Amino acid sequence: MSDDPRPTPKLDDLEKGPWPSFVREIKRAAAGNAMSEQLLGVLELSYEDRVGHWKHGGVVGVRGYGAGVIGRYSDVPEQFPEVAQFHTMRVNHPAGWFYTTAALRKVCDIWEKHGSGLTNLHGATGDIILLGTKTESLEPAFADLTEAGFDLGGSGSVVRTPSCCVGPARCEWACFDTLAFTYDITQHFQDELHRPSLPYKFKIKASGCANDCVAAIPRADLSVIGTWRGPVGIDQAQVRAYAEGGMNVGADVCDRCPSTCMAWDGQTLEIDNSTCVKCMHCINAMPKALRPGPERGACILIGGKAPIVTGAMLSSVLVPFMKFEPPFTELKELIGRILEVWGDAGKNRERVGEFIQRVGLGNFLEAIGLEPLPEMVRHPRENPYVFYEEYFEEEPK
Amino acid sequence: MAETAKRKTDIGPPHYGQFLPPVIKANYGKWKYHEIPRPGVLVHVGESGDRLYTVRAGSPRLLSVQTIREICDLADKYCGGYLRFTSRHNIEFLLTDPANIDPLIADLAAAGFPVGGIGNALSNIVHTQGWIHCHSAATDASGIVKALMDELIGHFTSMDLPGKLRIALACCVNMCGAVHCSDIAILGIHRRPPKVNHERLPKVCEVPTVIASCPTAAINPVRKDGKETVEVAEDLCMYCGNCYTVCPAMPLNDPLNDGVSIWVGGKVSNARTEPTFSKLAIPFLPNNPPRWPEVVEAVTKLVDVWAANAKPYERMGEWIERIGWPRFFRLTGIPFTKQHIDDYRHAETTFRRSVHIKG
Repeated sequence: MSDDPRPTPKLDDLEKGPWPSFVREIKRAAAGNAMSEQLLGVLELSYEDRVGHWKHGGVVGVRGYGAGVIGRYSDVPEQFPEVAQFHTMRVNHPAGWFYTTAALRKVCDIWEKHGSGLTNLHGATGDIILLGTKTESLEPAFADLTEAGFDLGGSGSVVRTPSCCVGPARCEWACFDTLAFTYDITQHFQDELHRPSLPYKFKIKASGCANDCVAAIPRADLSVIGTWRGPVGIDQAQVRAYAEGGMNVGADVCDRCPSTCMAWDGQTLEIDNSTCVKCMHCINAMPKALRPGPERGACILIGGKAPIVTGAMLSSVLVPFMKFEPPFTELKELIGRILEVWGDAGKNRERVGEFIQRVGLGNFLEAIGLEPLPEMVRHPRENPYVFYEEYFEEEPK
Repeated sequence: MAETAKRKTDIGPPHYGQFLPPVIKANYGKWKYHEIPRPGVLVHVGESGDRLYTVRAGSPRLLSVQTIREICDLADKYCGGYLRFTSRHNIEFLLTDPANIDPLIADLAAAGFPVGGIGNALSNIVHTQGWIHCHSAATDASGIVKALMDELIGHFTSMDLPGKLRIALACCVNMCGAVHCSDIAILGIHRRPPKVNHERLPKVCEVPTVIASCPTAAINPVRKDGKETVEVAEDLCMYCGNCYTVCPAMPLNDPLNDGVSIWVGGKVSNARTEPTFSKLAIPFLPNNPPRWPEVVEAVTKLVDVWAANAKPYERMGEWIERIGWPRFFRLTGIPFTKQHIDDYRHAETTFRRSVHIKG
């Protein structure tokens, strides 16, 4: 849009090569948008300086919400006035990231009108990221978004936008309806999603099976992983077909079973389901021959997180097996109790996984009303430093 | 003045049901099996016998509205207007007519979108904002991803690997995107403590919050020129940047000391082996924009060594577990240094407390 665009030789180099180029994307948007054009300049400067040129966000947002907008300001506004303010709007995606072109085009039109014309499909939590606009455009953009049926997602110390895998929409392995759950839980926690009231973020993710295609165990405070009870379904003729097709069923399937509960004699596959851990490997290898067992449900895990503050954690088992159908009342109530306990006693920026480390899982279970179960631990404690709450005393004579 | 419409809030996302193509609605929860007929293409077969074809295309994640409209044009042309995106920034076109697959792939190629990322392949590299938008980024994200995928694209468009390969990039230890459980993770790091602006800090930061934010208790209150500020005990600081997140007056970004570390062996799924964290392989590579050749070379070598040595289904971490870490470092030629040894909480649990040493 300006007469004399700044040269960007370093970024230009990243237009070459077979992988689709993000530089091309910024330039496409820049052809009709001054913000995107100046973003190119900021980025080229960063490539020269080898350092970022963005400042901490202040508190910006839409009226009545405390979340969904990431404030961002350039630290060289005199050079790049169009991106002096360059905030991000997070838009709650449809579960499973399904779209019609009509809906996606509406979002494009709204963003072309109010912002930089640049997006991320999608952000790490799952939201549609509308990348870069000024404070004065936030309200009008929000009005257009809600008119089109979209709402903002979470940011900051809220229940973040829940996400899930493709689930029963396409996957034969989904042990529960991930899409229905994700939509339902998102609507259930609208207030907690838009208005910060928690010690820190709280992420909910749902994967239909142990493959965990939405990486719930590494990332979510509350992970829902589909699982089953009962025997893995076997179509022996199909197993033989895989073997005849060249698959080394013994070495590549049975020998890789973590429970060594499988046997293959060239004709019949046997599984000792009493020690099967439902890891999905054999089913992954032979989708036409094997399937998850008949009684479907979910395993609930708690505490996953990235390193900040005290280190990364994987979520750990809270409920080994839960029947899991709409309206998902049992889990909604459990999450409500978790948010209350952690919300009350958690420190600033203390994720629920860190909170549990600080107060002890045993105490946490008591507070949320769950019984301790051996499924929750790899093994009982090894150190003898055990707390007791009551002591006995000699009665005075 | 015209009456304004009532302001809508708390409506949540649109219901996914309105975006599902008819073949999905008809077979929802009633899929029987799937196959991968060729790289980047899935076919799911319903109990009804209906077939749903998926064509997966890689995207740069950063998309202009112009490009999104082009993607929509393709979905209109071949998919009745239905499409989805994946958790790793890929685009998925949902088709019922297999005759549309070849022309769609051709149109995608003409538009610059590679098809692949399914099965024993490299999928897209999960990443976030980097220098495009983030205040705490120690490196850029999109630049490294572009440079790497230019080099590794052959593993995206074919299924020539022993197992799945998941690479992710985080621009700092906030790790926005599950980098901590990847076959290969690229992590932006700082290597020097924050520089405190004592003039500014009392105006914009809460001292107790800053002190409490430090996982190694490296921050202490101090008075300078009569004002309450903080100082950092430099030998306790490991440059995590949590203090900067709560206090803009103590930035860490530093072009000489910032850079990138490489981690290996992490895994998300429960298949065969449990979810695992990535482990440090290369402590530091410099930021060298625009193409970070040192990073591309290091990651390519890791992929090549794993691909040449791993057995079918063996993820990077599973392969390393089988051959042992000493052999991993020898095969890759990566030096093992003091930084590789854990010294944070429960570090002793990572030491080898047996004589089970592989040759």
